[in-house]
Amino acid sequence: MLADKDRIFTNLYGFHDWRLKGARARGAWADTKAILDKGQDGIINEIKASGLRGRGGAGFPTGLKWSFMPKADPRPSYLVVNADESEPGSCKDREIMRHDPHLLVEGCLVACFAMRAHAAYIYVRGEFIRERERLQAAVDEAYAEKLIGRNNIHGWDLDIIVHHGAGAYICGEETAMLESLEGKKGQPRLKPPFPAGAGLYGAPTTVNNVESIAVTPTIMRRGATWFAGIGKPNNTGTKLFQISGHVERPCVVEEEMGIPLRELLERHAGGVRGGWDNLMAVIPGGSSMPLIPAAQCQDLTMDFDSLSKLKSGMGTAAIIVMDKSTDIVKAFARIAYFYKHESCGQCTPCREGTGWMWRVLDRMAKGNADKSEIDLLFDVTKQIEGHTICALGEAAAWPVQGLIRNFRHEIEARIDQYHAAHKVAAE
Amino acid sequence: MSVRRLNPEQPKSFVFSPENLEWAKQTIAKYPPGKQASAVIPLLWRAQEQEGWCTEPAIRYVAEMLGMATIRVLEVATFYTMFQLSPVGKKAHIQVCGTTPCMLRGSEGLIETCKKRIHPEQHHLSADGNFSWEEVECLGSCANAPMVQIFKDTYEDLTPELLEAVIDGFAKGTPPLPGSQIGRQASCPAGGPTTLKDLEKT
Ligand SMILES: Cc1cc2nc3c(=O)[nH]c(=O)nc-3n(C[C@H](O)[C@H](O)[C@H](O)COP(=O)(O)O)c2cc1C
Ligand code: SF4
Ligand code: FES
Repeated sequence: MLADKDRIFTNLYGFHDWRLKGARARGAWADTKAILDKGQDGIINEIKASGLRGRGGAGFPTGLKWSFMPKADPRPSYLVVNADESEPGSCKDREIMRHDPHLLVEGCLVACFAMRAHAAYIYVRGEFIRERERLQAAVDEAYAEKLIGRNNIHGWDLDIIVHHGAGAYICGEETAMLESLEGKKGQPRLKPPFPAGAGLYGAPTTVNNVESIAVTPTIMRRGATWFAGIGKPNNTGTKLFQISGHVERPCVVEEEMGIPLRELLERHAGGVRGGWDNLMAVIPGGSSMPLIPAAQCQDLTMDFDSLSKLKSGMGTAAIIVMDKSTDIVKAFARIAYFYKHESCGQCTPCREGTGWMWRVLDRMAKGNADKSEIDLLFDVTKQIEGHTICALGEAAAWPVQGLIRNFRHEIEARIDQYHAAHKVAAE
Repeated sequence: MSVRRLNPEQPKSFVFSPENLEWAKQTIAKYPPGKQASAVIPLLWRAQEQEGWCTEPAIRYVAEMLGMATIRVLEVATFYTMFQLSPVGKKAHIQVCGTTPCMLRGSEGLIETCKKRIHPEQHHLSADGNFSWEEVECLGSCANAPMVQIFKDTYEDLTPELLEAVIDGFAKGTPPLPGSQIGRQASCPAGGPTTLKDLEKT
C-alpha cells in the first residue's frame, strides 16, 4: 500500500483548507521558481524520466507529449486542461478542483513554462459549477499573490482562463474541446493536423487531463526517481482510483499504480458487497473499457499494461463493480444508451450505430431477440470500430464486445426464457 | 444525439441586467481579440441563469453581442444539453443521473420518485409549476451514487426516501445542505478515511 508520505493529494476529501494558505501548508507553491530554473528541457526530461503517463484515459507519456510542442514558432502556444470529466465512473478531477485547486494552478505554470505557453485554458464540464467556482477562486488568489499573471514573481507571464462547457461528453475529446472553446458545437476535428501543430485558434496546443497537470509540481519537487519508484515499470507513480457500484463503501482514493484490484477494493472500499465471491464483473477504467469477469479479477493488478493484456484498459481508473445481483445485459444496455445520447452525430457509423446497438441491447435485456442477433451485434461493433473520426466510436463498441465475449451465455439464457414464457402465453 | 427544439412559446425580448452586462464585457475580454465567440457558452449560461431557461430572444441577443450569426448560437444552444429550451420548475429542476454507476445503486428508484412527486414525464412542469425533472447522463459523482443535481448543487448518496426529503426541503424553501445526504465527507469512504489518517488529526 502507498504510504501517506508518498501521497500527492493530501486534501483529497476536503478535510482541510483548500485556499492558498492551506495549500502552502501542504507544500504547494514552495519555491516554484526553483522548478522553473531547471529550464524548459530540464522540466520535460524530468517528467519523461518520471514515467508519468496521461491520466485522461489513453495513458500517453506526458513528457513526450510536451516535447512535441514547437520551440520557435511565431504563433502563441497554449495549454488546454481537460476538466470535462464525463466518462461514466470517473469522479477524481472533481476532487482535485474543489479540494486542492492550487495543485492544478501551480501545475499549469510548470507545464506552460515547459511548453513556452503564456496562456492556459481550463475547460471544466458545465455541470461542475461549484468546482469551477472553487478553481476560479484559487486562480484569483494566485493572481493576487503574483504567483501567475503579468510580471509575476516566477518571471514567466501566465494567464489562466477558467472556461466551461454546458453538458456534452464529447467535449472531453481533445479536438471537440478546442471547437467548443472556440464557441462552436463540440464536434471532433479530423486529425491530422494534431493540436500540437494546429490546435486552439490554429496555434500549437497541448491538451492534458487535470490529474496529469496537478501531479507535475510534486514530481518536480520530489524528483523523477521518487515517482518512478512507485508502481511498476512503465506504469509508474500514484493514481487516483474511483470505486463505484456494488462495494460496501464507494470512494475515491490515491494508491500506487499496479495495486491488486482485490486489495484496492478490500482495503479502501470495504470489499465487494456480499463478499469477494459475490463478484460478477468489473469495468476497470470507465464505461468505455471492456468489462473483466470475476474469474480474471483474482490476481488482477490495476495498471495500463496488465489491463490492456486482458483486452480492456486502465482508462481513467474508474472502477465500476458489479456483484452477482446485477442485470448485466441491462447495465450494458444503459451504457449503450449513454453513447447513443452523447454521439455528436457527424459520422454515420457512430450516429446510426450507437442508436442501433442500444435498441438491440435494450431488447436483449428483456430477451426479446433472436440468438443470431448476437453475432450481428458483434459484427456491427466491428463496423463502427476504426471507422469514425474520433474514439467515441470505439468507446461505444468496446463495452458491447466485452459483454458478448464474456456473457454471451447470459444473453442466450435471457432469450430462451423470453421465448419460453411467450410460447406458454401463446398456448 | 438527442433532438432538441426551441419552445413554441417565447418571451418578446431579452436584455442582460446591468450587473450581467458588466460581467459579460469582462468575460469577453478574457479571450484574445477577435475570438469573442469563445464566450458564447458562458454568456448563454448567464442568460439562462437570469431568465430560468434559454429563450430565443436571449439567443439572438448573445449572437448580436458576440457578432455571431444567430444560427451559430442556436446550434450551440441546441447541442449542449444543459441549455433548457423550455421553462423549468420555479423551485427546483431535478436532474437525476441515470447512467450505469448510478443505476447500479438505485437511480431507477429516484426516477420513480420524480414521476410520482413531479410529473409522469420528464421535462414537464408539476401542476403548481414549482418542479420539473429530467434524466441526465453521468454527472461525475459516481462514488457518491445515486445522485441528483439541482441548479448549482449536487445531492448525493440518495435513496427514494432521502430524495423525497430533498424535494420537501425545496418545496418549503429550506433545501438541505448539498453533498452527501448520509453525512459522509465528499468521496471519503463512509465511516472514515482509510488513508491520510495522521494528517486528519492535525
Ligand atoms: C469521447 C472521448 C471523451 C473523452 N473525455 C475525456 C475527459 O472527460 N477527460 C479527459 O481528461 N480526457 C478525455 N478524453 C481523452 C482526451 O481526448 C485526451 O486524450 C486527454 O485529455 C489527454 O490528456 P492526458 O494526456 O493528460 O491523459 C476523451 C476522449 C474521448 C475520445
Ligand atoms: S465518432 Fe461519433 S462522436 Fe466521434 S466524431 Fe464521429 S459521430 Fe462524433
Ligand atoms: S453515473 Fe451518476 S454520477 Fe456518474
